[in-house]
Amino acid sequence: MFDSLSSKLEAVFKKLRGHGKLTEQNIEEALKEVRVALLEADVNFKVVKEFIQSVQQRAIGQEVMASLTPAQQLIKIVKEEMISLMGGQEQRIQLSGSPPIPIMLVGLHGCGKTTTAAKLARHFLGMRKRPYLVPADVYRPAAIEQLQRLGEELNVEFYRPTPSQEPLEICLKAREAALKGGFDLMLIDTAGRLHIDEALMLELREIKTQIKPKEILLVADAMTGQDAVNVAKSFNERLGIDGIILTKMDGDARGGAALSIKAVTQKPIKLIGVGEKLDALEVFHPERMVSRILGMGDVLTLIEKAEAAFDEKKARELEKKIRKDSFTLEDFRDQLQQIRKMGSLESILHMIPGLPKMMKGRGELQVDDKELIHVEAIINSMTPKERANIAIINGSRRLRIAKGSGTSVQEVNRLLKQYAQARKMMKQFSKIGQKGMGRGRVPFFS
Amino acid sequence: MFGFFDKLKKGLAKTHQGFVEKMDRLFLGKKTIDQDLLDELEALLYEADIGVKTTTDLIEGVRQGLKRGDLQDPEKVKTFIKEEILQILRSGEKPLSIDFASTKPFVFMVVGVNGAGKTTTIGKIAHQYSAQGKRVLIGAADTFRAAAVEQLEIWADRVGADFIKQSKGSDPSAVAFDSIQAAKARNTDLVFIDTAGRLHTKVNLMEELKKIKRIVSRECSGAPHEILLVLDATTGQNAISQAKLFHEAIGVTGIALTKLDGTAKGGIIVGITEELKIPIRYVGVGEAIDDLKEFNATDFVQALF
Repeated sequence: MFDSLSSKLEAVFKKLRGHGKLTEQNIEEALKEVRVALLEADVNFKVVKEFIQSVQQRAIGQEVMASLTPAQQLIKIVKEEMISLMGGQEQRIQLSGSPPIPIMLVGLHGCGKTTTAAKLARHFLGMRKRPYLVPADVYRPAAIEQLQRLGEELNVEFYRPTPSQEPLEICLKAREAALKGGFDLMLIDTAGRLHIDEALMLELREIKTQIKPKEILLVADAMTGQDAVNVAKSFNERLGIDGIILTKMDGDARGGAALSIKAVTQKPIKLIGVGEKLDALEVFHPERMVSRILGMGDVLTLIEKAEAAFDEKKARELEKKIRKDSFTLEDFRDQLQQIRKMGSLESILHMIPGLPKMMKGRGELQVDDKELIHVEAIINSMTPKERANIAIINGSRRLRIAKGSGTSVQEVNRLLKQYAQARKMMKQFSKIGQKGMGRGRVPFFS
Repeated sequence: MFGFFDKLKKGLAKTHQGFVEKMDRLFLGKKTIDQDLLDELEALLYEADIGVKTTTDLIEGVRQGLKRGDLQDPEKVKTFIKEEILQILRSGEKPLSIDFASTKPFVFMVVGVNGAGKTTTIGKIAHQYSAQGKRVLIGAADTFRAAAVEQLEIWADRVGADFIKQSKGSDPSAVAFDSIQAAKARNTDLVFIDTAGRLHTKVNLMEELKKIKRIVSRECSGAPHEILLVLDATTGQNAISQAKLFHEAIGVTGIALTKLDGTAKGGIIVGITEELKIPIRYVGVGEAIDDLKEFNATDFVQALF
């Protein structure tokens, strides 16, 4: 996400760093390029204009020229201004009030409302809430089935409308059911509609009056162009929205919409969708996002993800094992499973500062998550005895393992070699001292 | 043709109002062209999602014209821009014509990112051919998204097309295989292979598309005859990246631009035609079943200005 924007800005700043001192002309030229980079990233034209003006004002003044490291100073200003554009602090969905708290999702066609509704349900499950899914899209063929399938997948209850029910009736009846069922939240998925379609906007307003949603969230596609602000503005004026969920952020969308919507509507982006799986929904942190845009990585999110995925007790056991030099392939498998819980490898790598940039030259930053699955399959195809002591794995055992896991002997060999190397490394670490290994960190990952 | 023009114009009405009103307001009462006016003009082009490169070229063209002295009149500037855009779009004006006598079945493979409108577009195109009395078969190779098969099946029923499906999560290539076999056995004229929406940057998923294409051409020589990329008109410059990457992976032969009935200006097709020279086959201008039209550059620009 944001790849091309960050690499463009990177190039601009690199040029600047070459200058010991910045003249007004240097700054102006750099900002001109920043402007083009932002426009190419679909940031709204007016927003770009204001953004450049405010950066320019601060930059041409004392702040940059008087600084010893003018380029750094300028980057700092750009970063700060971007953060303020995107809303400063992160904002969560409000969940106060008497249950079932209604939350309504609205948006254009194909922006990802239904998938997002299911992701939200999962998000709230993780917060130990009981969500109730309400499919109120009676227009798109099979939209209701889609939400119900997703509900089944998540084991979340959902309302079953009859074919004759209108959206408003569905919502009212669903509220009764949610109340009876003791649910905490009802997540209403509405039909995609054009922001200029008066009749369909009226339908939403009626639902709003009757149901009084705690939050109306606009679901918007991160790949939207200059029209994003019109859509957001229009939904906000005609209906009133409380926040935005940006979807499809896992592509190479440059996310100009993200930068513009907040500026134009003054409504915060609350969550972002970062993948097709139902757990691919993240809280939007403006500051971290700016770091990612500017190619500075996002270590905070990485740490949070790691903390959520890693089991404290297991980590301590592991540490002991490493010290005692009894780290087996079974422990290795545990580690792999924990990593996979953190999300796709690709998304993890993108959060490491400098890495996306570094990898760029050597092909895309694409990692096949299947590799991990292969490794797991190889380990699963070993006997417990083999896992505990790899020395006994001879040629015929290797062949059996390769066959059993559907891989090749070469792959098995590679894994065994990596494992042996890692153990060697661990031995050295544990010799160095007690503080060597952090908790739960993966020691080898080539 | 006239009916089509009206429809498109109506569909583009919002675009039209926005762009032309602004353009007129811009030029109203102006006798000469100054820097401010050029800046405003640039802003208009950007707001239509026409993109940095084309916009820069157009503005540069106006500047050159001013220097030469043949664009002093604001009205001339307007015509100049209109002509330039028309010229770019004309190269993309190649409607699909199918010779059913020599190609049977004619196979469409429909691809695009999530939520672009692939399923709906298939429904609409299938409807057109079905209404012409052609025998149509639709293969549901989107086996990933929940209820995608059901959605397509409803469309197939609606347009009276044969329908081939497998269970959710099955191999999309297998569905494609079945569809081609069934089409051959049933003497079908047209086959549509719907694929799951995927972001163009996901290498694995693009590999999956290559495989589907491989299977289709193995089972039916010359197929897929049309690889149609469905693009959402509200998309910004990312559409160029989408078109590029899908094209690199499987060779896109045509584009359908959907959702032109909002305020989105669809200016991205200017950039796409200029950069990639992929023909624009259809434009989607509404939700009704016959709201999919053949792309016509003159009408498009006419409706735009």
